[in-house]
Amino acid sequence: MKLRLLLLCAAACLVVGCAVQSVQPWQRDLLSEEKMQLVPDPVQGFLDEHIYFSKEASSGGQGVGGGGCGCN
Amino acid sequence: MQLKSSLRVKLRAATCSLLAVTAGSAAAANFGTRWTVEGASLLYAENKRTTVFEPLLIVKRNFGAGQMLEGKFVFDAMTGASPTGAAATNRSQTFTTPSGNRYTTQTGEVPLRKFQDQRGSGDVSWTKPLNRRFKSVLSAHVSAETDYQSVGATGTITADFNQKLTTFSLGGGYNSDRINPVSGVPDGLTRVNPNLTHEETRSKHIADGMLGVTQILTPRWLVQVNFSYAKEDGYLTEPYKIISLVDTLTGETRTGDYLYEKRPDARVRQSVFASTAYHFASDILHVSYRNYWDDWGIRSHTVDLKYDLELSDKVNLEPHMRFYHQSAADFYTYSLPRGGAVPEFATSDYRFGTLNTQTIGAKIGIRTADLQEFSFRLEYMRQSGNEHPDEAVGVQQNYSMFPPIDILILQVGYSIGIP
Repeated sequence: MKLRLLLLCAAACLVVGCAVQSVQPWQRDLLSEEKMQLVPDPVQGFLDEHIYFSKEASSGGQGVGGGGCGCN
Repeated sequence: MQLKSSLRVKLRAATCSLLAVTAGSAAAANFGTRWTVEGASLLYAENKRTTVFEPLLIVKRNFGAGQMLEGKFVFDAMTGASPTGAAATNRSQTFTTPSGNRYTTQTGEVPLRKFQDQRGSGDVSWTKPLNRRFKSVLSAHVSAETDYQSVGATGTITADFNQKLTTFSLGGGYNSDRINPVSGVPDGLTRVNPNLTHEETRSKHIADGMLGVTQILTPRWLVQVNFSYAKEDGYLTEPYKIISLVDTLTGETRTGDYLYEKRPDARVRQSVFASTAYHFASDILHVSYRNYWDDWGIRSHTVDLKYDLELSDKVNLEPHMRFYHQSAADFYTYSLPRGGAVPEFATSDYRFGTLNTQTIGAKIGIRTADLQEFSFRLEYMRQSGNEHPDEAVGVQQNYSMFPPIDILILQVGYSIGIP
């Protein structure tokens, strides 16, 4: 548990620390594409979450809420 | 059309310059549209087991200045057969359902119970920037099926820092569920008796929270790390699942030798989720990894890869692969010894055993005109576990204790934006 939290902190620091390259607002055209969202297709993401929530013992990670189903 | 597409890209670039796209919401979603309507239908079909048909409708209203109202309506129709938890044995097995129907499983086969159910759910969410740095998303949820009802709410706050290159998010949610199985709730780890009258309704409560950071690394590269925590309390048992009692030497099950399963009434689940998106010249790679653990002894690893291949201005192909592995819950068992001590908790639900899931497939998207898109997805999924575990005794060693499950996933979708 402690090791996992340590790894999480290390990953977060790495992420922030890596941001040495300043990306100006006018350089964010590619990032503005809908498919560059970290969940590129929310409909597919929602349906997949429902499938895997029903068929596996693990769930969550990408947001809060979910569940509300007698399938697991 | 080429000119229109080119113009659209330039306009989007100009707009994102003005709006300064943030790490937490890289895309200027639904740019230029007041209404967006999305419809999709999913067909999930297991070989000789469960089939689910799931249509959904999403309606979004963009009020400008980052304010968005979204409604989502989902219907599920489930039919087919689901494993009862009982183990395969060297004779046919006959069961009686809570509603009085009898069914028989042949020698060597994993017992399946036929079922049919429908579920409807509705979600509404409201996104609103609080100021130049903070944004809030509030949502409410309600769902109902024959024997299960749920209401819930969530709230998330995001905060932009570092010239909007870094976004922190903090979210929380609460769900209150009611379970009212056909013929009531059985007492766990007592002998299965469909004629018994049990308590009618139980409840379940889930509180969860998430802390995340999203970072723009380069004009092409975005990463995110989340930590999630969830606490469940109440009736967490599956009321229809049972466990075989077997002879400790021969592995045989006698008529009526089954117990109802029983799980603990509390569970704490945690996960670390990391995700990244990288934009090549025109294609986009998405990779995510989740490390999950809970106090029921389940550990899992999930890797998900998507590659968005831009075939033309109008058509894209997105191959998808997903790999999942979980260890078994501490109280998972293939069967229990007849005459032995009954444990405090036990389940034979295969979803709590050692489990692997592999998914492979692809989605094709076709943009017919500005703001319209059709999509079609086809995927193959396979779930497998330990077919011949060390715990198998006697005749159990002759049969597969966990036959692999082959699954087909089909999805069609359509979306339109209305300026």
